[in-house]
Amino acid sequence: MDSNLTINIFAGAYIFMLAAVAGWVIIGNVPAILHTPLMSGSNFVHGIVVVGGIYVLLNATNVLEQSVGFAAVLLGSGNVAGGYAVTVRMLEMFKSSDVKPHHARHGRAAHHAKA
Amino acid sequence: MTSDMLTTISQVVTAVTGFVAALLLMYGLKRMSSPATAASGIRVAGAGMLAAVIASFLYFFSVGADAKPLVFFNLGLAGLAMAIGGSIAWWSGKTVKMTAMPQMVAIYNGMGGGAAASIAAVELFGNRADGRTQLIVTLFGALIGAISFSGSLIAWAKLQRVLKVPLQFAGQQILNGAVMVAILAVGASIVVAVAGGPQFLPLPGLICLFFGCALAFGILMTLPIGGADMPVVISIYNAATGVAVGLEGYVLQNPALMIAGMVVGAAGTLLTLLMAKAMNRSVFNVLFKHFGASKKHKRGAIAGSEKPVQASDAAIDMRYAKSVIIVPGYGLAVSQGQQKLYDFVKMLVAAKVSVKFAIHPVAGRMPGQMDVLLAEAGVPYDMIFQLADINDQFATTDVALVIGANDVVNPAARTDKSSPIYGMPILNADKAKKVYVVKRTPGGKGYSGVVNGLFYDPNCFMVYGDASAVLGKMIEAVKGLGAAAA
Repeated sequence: MDSNLTINIFAGAYIFMLAAVAGWVIIGNVPAILHTPLMSGSNFVHGIVVVGGIYVLLNATNVLEQSVGFAAVLLGSGNVAGGYAVTVRMLEMFKSSDVKPHHARHGRAAHHAKA
Repeated sequence: MTSDMLTTISQVVTAVTGFVAALLLMYGLKRMSSPATAASGIRVAGAGMLAAVIASFLYFFSVGADAKPLVFFNLGLAGLAMAIGGSIAWWSGKTVKMTAMPQMVAIYNGMGGGAAASIAAVELFGNRADGRTQLIVTLFGALIGAISFSGSLIAWAKLQRVLKVPLQFAGQQILNGAVMVAILAVGASIVVAVAGGPQFLPLPGLICLFFGCALAFGILMTLPIGGADMPVVISIYNAATGVAVGLEGYVLQNPALMIAGMVVGAAGTLLTLLMAKAMNRSVFNVLFKHFGASKKHKRGAIAGSEKPVQASDAAIDMRYAKSVIIVPGYGLAVSQGQQKLYDFVKMLVAAKVSVKFAIHPVAGRMPGQMDVLLAEAGVPYDMIFQLADINDQFATTDVALVIGANDVVNPAARTDKSSPIYGMPILNADKAKKVYVVKRTPGGKGYSGVVNGLFYDPNCFMVYGDASAVLGKMIEAVKGLGAAAA
């Protein structure tokens, strides 16, 4: 990757700045009901670190680098697999009521009348 | 096909996949932030992740000349590491109880931080940084990743109750400050040593010292923080891991890592601020002014006594009430009583009682945990209300039923300036005409270690027992009523 793409510190700073704004805006209006699943979901997203771990391990040239690289891939894939499993479990619970919350709120009177 | 072509093709494929993956991860996160689309959001993000991970094996074709002889062995190692780490985490993520979710998030987050720190370690030991800027970025990523790693492990140990008390001692802040100064000094001497300047230790020794201090700092910083603040702490470390991943992404010149990492860094920071706001704690206070540090608070001001009642009496009372608001807490989660609670609620609704759930932003051990729990039991959205939407309704409600919640209904937060939880927004359960509290034992304190004056109020009655068992009795009592009437 190094041969066809070079990001100097200023280009890097721009990428970081834009990504940070994106992250801030994406989470902006999240309802409290989703705080825990979203923390878990974003925890899954930074699991992409495993890609870096694989790069480092494949390029390892001695036992020390191999061992530490092994640890990187091991920990990173734990982050990915565990983060995904837990987030899916949390979010599947929201599936049964696919109705939008504000939409459902209008129907409250009807709900009680039925009961 | 020449090996040069293969290298070029694999580089283009990984670059394009990285681009697509970054987009899918962000889009997935966006979908996850709305209840209607959340369940599909994680799958979108998962697809992006899967593509990025598979494509990363194409690095096989473009490894440096030094690594060529070892590349098949390294490929095997990578497969093995993924199989071990992935399967253990997958299995534990699938089997863990819902109540243990917060500490699992802490563990997985710590693993991400550890991975970022490990990547930095390889770069440092191999002296691979391309110039001083990259070296400094590597060091910062290493520092943040290592702190997130050891700090998250301590957070896990606390929530898992392996570590039970906040460890506080005099001069703690000074020690932490000293360790941080040491880290920066060692980091600076690494930069000097790499540039060919003087070194007081061989470079590998300096690097080990750097990581040792960073890990120690994560432990020292997290140890004194009380359990009630742990969700905020996990959220901070989540954001920190994101930043560490982003920084190491820059070092590896991988824009997908940079973007995904920094998006999480920002999103996690905002999430942290939202949580801290809900608890009326500033992030600074969470980290540096610890709960429970003030032991002066006494129970002296509280008059009256706890008045126990039978579960069946409370149930029948609610059956004939006009309106009930239920305040669930960690105790409900622990006893796994959510299904029984909803069964009981359905009986009340059938008897034309208006039932609502009131969720405190930090009920349970993590914001939103109660929403997840109630969703699991099948409680519809339209019965669940957040603090701001329902707090005024307690005053006009017949019964407030508090199940396994404590601090979030403690009136001391409103009135008692000496209380450590003073100023935290609480649910005004005490304003209901009558309050029933389901609680395991008499006289207990909340997670924050504060006595709850509500339990001694004249309009408050205690139902002692495990939440699930109590709810079982309540269901029986209302059922029996129906049988007697028929």
